[in-house]
Amino acid sequence: MPSSNHNVDFLLLQMTESLRKLLIDKQISDPLFIGIRSGGIWIAEKLHANLQINEPLGTLDISFYRDDFTRIGLDPKVQPSKLPSSTQQRHIILVDDVIKTGRTIRAALNELFDYGRPASVTLVALLDLGCRELPISADITGSCLSLNTDQHIKLIGPEPLELKITQRPGSE
Amino acid sequence: MIESIDHNSSQLNASGQLKHFLTTEDLSATLLNEILDTANSFLDMSSQQVKKVPLLRGKTVVNLFFEPSTRTSSTFELAAKRLSADVLNLNISSSSTSKGESLKDTLMTLEAMHADMFVVRHPDSGAAHFIANQVTPNIAVINAGDGRHAHPTQAMLDMLTIKRCKGGFSGLVVAIVGDILHSRVARSQIHALRTLGVAEIRVIAPKTLIPKDIESMGVKVYTDMQQGIKDCDVVGMLRLQKERMNSALLPSESEFFKLYGLDSEKLKLAKPDAIVMHPGPINRGVEIESAVADGPQSTILQQVTNGIAVRMAVMSMAISGQLNSSVQRQYQ
Repeated sequence: MPSSNHNVDFLLLQMTESLRKLLIDKQISDPLFIGIRSGGIWIAEKLHANLQINEPLGTLDISFYRDDFTRIGLDPKVQPSKLPSSTQQRHIILVDDVIKTGRTIRAALNELFDYGRPASVTLVALLDLGCRELPISADITGSCLSLNTDQHIKLIGPEPLELKITQRPGSE
Repeated sequence: MIESIDHNSSQLNASGQLKHFLTTEDLSATLLNEILDTANSFLDMSSQQVKKVPLLRGKTVVNLFFEPSTRTSSTFELAAKRLSADVLNLNISSSSTSKGESLKDTLMTLEAMHADMFVVRHPDSGAAHFIANQVTPNIAVINAGDGRHAHPTQAMLDMLTIKRCKGGFSGLVVAIVGDILHSRVARSQIHALRTLGVAEIRVIAPKTLIPKDIESMGVKVYTDMQQGIKDCDVVGMLRLQKERMNSALLPSESEFFKLYGLDSEKLKLAKPDAIVMHPGPINRGVEIESAVADGPQSTILQQVTNGIAVRMAVMSMAISGQLNSSVQRQYQ
């Protein structure tokens, strides 16, 4: 399985600095970090630690909010979402590993709003693969990448974090 | 006699996923744990401001109750509503059948209303299986209690309660106390407990309320409660089903309470951290003393909360299994 050329630790340092600047510009002093299971949680944990945020990290499992339930059914490995406090009037930093169609983020936003009305949501993703199907874009991304249709990328972790590119079976 | 049903209508689709939920019998430990894990995720939803998920949005769930029930039907209704389904509650005993409509006609009428799921409670053993065999292939059937046969969602909410209180099942000694003879809950509990791998299952009851061949289910039988409850981790009480009983089976309620009712003294014989369960509605002073029902070891109210989560889990899993079956049919 080939590794991608991306050094995740280096990208995370760049993202930390971009996020630090964005929080200052937006005058956000008490952000609430929320990672989307499972790769998003690993990325959120790193950013959360780098920025020395005291409040515990929230985690979202979007299985109950997916728009393809009627096509693929329920994920048997669903886990509870855990948010540390109310999202009402909070500035949320929503973190995922990869953004592609935007459907995961749509589901995450829907779930988030069932916990309260946030003051703002800032979207952070390690990798932007393009191919958007919904009008959603990340505020901060580590890098952009264009894959062939037969390729798939996955974040392996949690320690060390590494991006792996795979070919779909039977596509060679 | 133990009620036994021919499971010729499988509750699983070709991929081994739940498409109906009719009994805990013959289901694998993996599938039972999947139900418990999914239910656990729904339990954590209680911290949401909006206590709803959109999974069954646009689906119609019909509660078909041929026998009175308040607790089970209302928790099924709430579970369906928390999954965003539309819910129709039908009390059949007081409607169509009294006008002479056959069960099959009732089902066909409801199918014409585009129902996606039937939640069935019926006084006859095997009724849910019968209905699962009759309905068109894309409709899921959930058994909410059939005769003396099975009450699988009650058993699974008890399993969730045990798992959350005890962390798991291995090594546990579980006693089921009371009216085993008439209890579909006990039968479903025994199947689930055995599959999930507890160390020992005991049934405690007077001889008249124990089915003759119950030991073939892998349980130890006690007619003396003091002996049976000793060193148990879980004490599951059952309701005396007076409506199903003729008077010869019991001397009197006060005599029953003296011998088999759970009071503080008898509970002291179980392990100090034993939990006490009861499916409700409780007959205070008949099966259980108020001090125990309301005491620190009682999980009766947690069971009600867990019941909604378990029902949400099996409803969403069965709809999911039906959707996958219909995809499989399209490709055949």
